[in-house]
Amino acid sequence: MRKVYGRRDFAIIGELIEPRTRVLDLGCGEGELLAWLKENKQVDGRGVEMEGARVQKAIARGASVYQGDLESAVEDYPDKAFDYVILSQTLQETRYPLRVLNGMLRVGKRAVVAFPNFGHYSVRLAWLLTGRAPRTDLFPYDWFDSPNIHFLTVLDFEALVAKQGWKVERKIFVAGARQVTWMPNLMAEIAVFEVSGQG
Amino acid sequence: MVTEVASRTFDRLELDSGITLAPVEVAYETYGELNADRSNAVMVTHAFSGDAHAAGEGGWWSTMIGPGKAFDTDKYFVICSNVLGGCRGTTGPGSINPETGCPWAMSFPQVTIADMVRLQKMLIDHMGIGRLLTVSGGSMGGMQALEWAATYPDRVASAIPIATTARHSAQQIAFNEVGRQAIMADPDWNGGNYYGARLPGRGLAVARMVGHITYMSDESMREKFGRKLRTPDQFEVESYLKYRGYKFVDRFDANSYIYITRAMDTFDLTQRGALQTLFELNKARFLLISFTSDWLYPPYQSLEIVKALRGRNCDVAYCNLDARYGHDSFLVEVEQQTEVVRGFLASTFREAAANA
Repeated sequence: MRKVYGRRDFAIIGELIEPRTRVLDLGCGEGELLAWLKENKQVDGRGVEMEGARVQKAIARGASVYQGDLESAVEDYPDKAFDYVILSQTLQETRYPLRVLNGMLRVGKRAVVAFPNFGHYSVRLAWLLTGRAPRTDLFPYDWFDSPNIHFLTVLDFEALVAKQGWKVERKIFVAGARQVTWMPNLMAEIAVFEVSGQG
Repeated sequence: MVTEVASRTFDRLELDSGITLAPVEVAYETYGELNADRSNAVMVTHAFSGDAHAAGEGGWWSTMIGPGKAFDTDKYFVICSNVLGGCRGTTGPGSINPETGCPWAMSFPQVTIADMVRLQKMLIDHMGIGRLLTVSGGSMGGMQALEWAATYPDRVASAIPIATTARHSAQQIAFNEVGRQAIMADPDWNGGNYYGARLPGRGLAVARMVGHITYMSDESMREKFGRKLRTPDQFEVESYLKYRGYKFVDRFDANSYIYITRAMDTFDLTQRGALQTLFELNKARFLLISFTSDWLYPPYQSLEIVKALRGRNCDVAYCNLDARYGHDSFLVEVEQQTEVVRGFLASTFREAAANA
């Protein structure tokens, strides 16, 4: 997903992260965001990434990245070791999203979660008009070839936060290059939530 | 590349066993030039059968050390010394015991990985280097890198332990014991007193042959030898192992084999407490590397260390490189290893300069 959306979620996440904080980036890819945060926000960053070739690129870039499965990787860190734990465009790919979110809020004071909004009107229209699993700019994969195994909307995520008793500290919605404020569940392509609470 | 081959004698070295070795000599080589603020020094630690000759023609890590290589000698000052207990210029069982005027042989005191590192630290103290940019090595060299980081955390900005472990498994001890028994079973070994007489060449060669098998992978052996025949009644792999085994006899002392493998087997970082506690508050950066086909030092052993470091939120990077050559990968399959080491070292150097 990151490749599709280029650096757009980086700009948003970069804005949320306070300077000189401790950050863990789950599913950090080639470490671009960590490098950006180190350069621009002087953060003390760590990353977790599964795919070996990406890990090598990330380490070569100077990021402290661990090659492993992010769902179990979170378990090893001490409580509240980080100010922020970032999960960018990966929540919908994890087997047990709630377990991952709980882990993020245990090891971090804040969880920053960015995900593609399955409630976007283009997805709804595609499904309604074709009667097939939607393939849009936002969800560009065939159903049999997709890393996405959960399809959640802005409302779904907010309902989970309420159910768990977490708190949304900040949220940002975007479509294209613009910020969305009106009817985000229908209009937002990407949702970014900053959440606090007990994991 | 500016290369210096040197040797230094120190008055005394206290060993873990309580025995003091006096005097003690250490052979070392350096490559590149130390910068004005002495902040670009890299200590490279050799594996079991290596020596101080790490770079240049015939150097054991010449693939990694040199101008433009992972340990770039245009940027860094690289130091490599022969380990204590070795037979390539540093004091070991083949050295003369000053009290008797004869070789120590098996009366040489037992040495540990920590003793080897203590001697290396004396060397960098002597060179006036306050803090090493990194300590790096594979296999037993990785044990030394870990020992450095655990014992002298303020003297290293980072450590790069490769294809290594915090302690040998029963399997690793077992292979070493087969090697030791092969040497001791050779009548020429004579309780270790063979200096000036016939060397226990057959035993040492067999020990080396076993070692070589453990350094390769099933896949790399299949590719290299398969079932090819050298002569009508000898397989290619048999001929290769014999060649490597007997070649080893020319350059390695059988008693050093016994002493150094014992040092590896007794190395156990967890004896000083849980790994997590050992590295608590450690400010050094770590890069650990393992290889998918390494069955002698399997990735789980690197992961055990990485897990402990992450448990204390130490600054650690880890990758399990896709490699076909087994344990030998860190010496021969260096393309990916070069990429990660080069980048890690460059960022560590930048950060160390920024924090200085």
